[in-house]
Amino acid sequence: MTDEKAPATDANAIVQELIKYEKLPYEHVELTGEIKVPKIKPDAMIKVHAQQLTSKDTLERLGYPTKGLIPNWKEVFLKTMDKMLKKYKSVRLFMDICVRCGACTDKCHYFIGTGDPRNMPVARAELMRKVYRRYFTWPGKLFGSKMVDGWDLSIDVLALWYTYFYQCSECRRCAVFCPYGIDTAEITMAAREILNSVGLVQKYQHEIIDKAQVIGNNLGMQQNAVVNALEFVRDELREETGIEEIDIPIDIEGADVLFVTPSADFFASPHIESLYGYAKVFHQAGISWTMSTHASEGGNFGMFVHSYDHMKRINKRIWDAARALKVKRVIGGECGHMWRVLSSFSNTLWGPFDYLDSKYPRPQHICEFTLDLLNRGALKIDKTANAEFTATIHDSCQIARGMEMGGQKYGQFEIPRGVIKGVCEKFVDMPENTIKERTFCCGAGQGLLGDDMLPTRVKGAMPRMQAYSYVKKQNGVNFMALICAICKAQLSKMFPTYDIEMEEVGGIHQLVGRAIVLGAKEGI
Amino acid sequence: MRSIEFEGKKIELDEDGYLMNLNDWSDGIAKHLAKEDNCELTDAHWEVINFLRSYYQQYQIAPMIKILVKEIKKTMGADKGNTKYLYQLFPDGPAKQACRYAGLPKPTGCV
Repeated sequence: MTDEKAPATDANAIVQELIKYEKLPYEHVELTGEIKVPKIKPDAMIKVHAQQLTSKDTLERLGYPTKGLIPNWKEVFLKTMDKMLKKYKSVRLFMDICVRCGACTDKCHYFIGTGDPRNMPVARAELMRKVYRRYFTWPGKLFGSKMVDGWDLSIDVLALWYTYFYQCSECRRCAVFCPYGIDTAEITMAAREILNSVGLVQKYQHEIIDKAQVIGNNLGMQQNAVVNALEFVRDELREETGIEEIDIPIDIEGADVLFVTPSADFFASPHIESLYGYAKVFHQAGISWTMSTHASEGGNFGMFVHSYDHMKRINKRIWDAARALKVKRVIGGECGHMWRVLSSFSNTLWGPFDYLDSKYPRPQHICEFTLDLLNRGALKIDKTANAEFTATIHDSCQIARGMEMGGQKYGQFEIPRGVIKGVCEKFVDMPENTIKERTFCCGAGQGLLGDDMLPTRVKGAMPRMQAYSYVKKQNGVNFMALICAICKAQLSKMFPTYDIEMEEVGGIHQLVGRAIVLGAKEGI
Repeated sequence: MRSIEFEGKKIELDEDGYLMNLNDWSDGIAKHLAKEDNCELTDAHWEVINFLRSYYQQYQIAPMIKILVKEIKKTMGADKGNTKYLYQLFPDGPAKQACRYAGLPKPTGCV
């Protein structure tokens, strides 16, 4: 080994020691129904580090370094940061315009849950701003870090970045309260991309980004496994309903609708209950639909980092399938970031979709589709099937703070609520400051759902759990309906952690599926 | 990542205790991993583990829990064909704990 390389090897060893994954104990907070600003606990979460991806093949396919921190990391770090600042004008703007008013400080679920001041959105962004001021502003360039309250790049800075940019779920709640609209998610996405470029690649999200591109879905289910799972659900549906015609069509060319949904919907619980619901809605509506083995994933983890290449390639499967199957419209199932990518980004990624029916020029959400049928009286509903439930809704962040649903102002709030109220007699919203555009993250969004993140998952879920326990106590709420696969996985694990039954979490179409009276079609 | 010595062979496990190399699996390894969790493998556990392994051989992924529940119902009776029973056998969750003993990789995605 040459002398030139020796210090760099050390740098990797040092940073690896600083961000080493350790299985840490976690404890839940007592549920009082109140969300309080916590006492500051400096460095409370500094030991929580996401596991890193070490598989050489996977890293190679993703185009990231394969042996940990690269020798010339400082140079590459600044080069990637420069690229991010130039490519994403929003990131540069967000570096410049913060006036430190403090409006965001107590808005992040991870800060409220942990009290770690570095989980205040302004402090998280400051990790990047300190480097920005030092290397990308003229006083910093000329006079150095002291002049601009900046940081010279060091291993410690790198370790702080890796730690705290993987304690942000890119939920954008802070952006709602920022008078300038600074979106910390944009900063986190850029930071993760910069970390990737120097060789610090988080495992959970990137393993999935790879599987979605290579195999076609986040779970890594081969085509025969997808078919086996869907056929199993179809057979169960037929057995349960006694209706031979009910189907989950696969790869049917010429179907009217291509339906895409997270692969968790045909693998995990409670997700799968919604699949039964979707199939019943399509059957009862009498609309020909199909799922696709090529586009067997609705979700798009590519959005979690600022490499649109991954996002674009994952999204491509859906549009290739839509074209190959000659469908007239595309409908998406219950998934948060799927909805944001599908509805807000698809058109600029792979549009225009002039081959679709001109009445449905953009992808629709399954809730939009179901509510329309409900409003037209095309579905016969027996609400007594859900009589045991008093339901509430957890607005998932990527939907609530994404674009409008159904081309309707506030559609992303009103349409899912409309569906629940259409199939369930009793509905109560959680307190105002925890729903709609001010909704709290489930605590595991945007790549933080791995078991390695359990300490932040438990603490980050706390505000949502408090809000739920409030309506549970006040109004007897006993079911939290939602439309995101990550939220379902996270909350069905968190409920028992907070001593609530996991069966109290489920999809909106789980409720729909229970209430639909099949066979009693009243015509569209 | 850690490794264990088993019957004179070094076996590598990932951070969460899953086998790195699926070919390293044997009945003995399953028993060994279970023992580390203070879990004695009974016939009922083996029923689940064997089914997971045969499903994996065909589909390169663990079955969804409903498929597993149905299979258990078929082989072990209606009273055992439910998620609750599987959680009794594998308190850490059948998808994770049972897959680990069966030498299957950890499921990824929103699960």
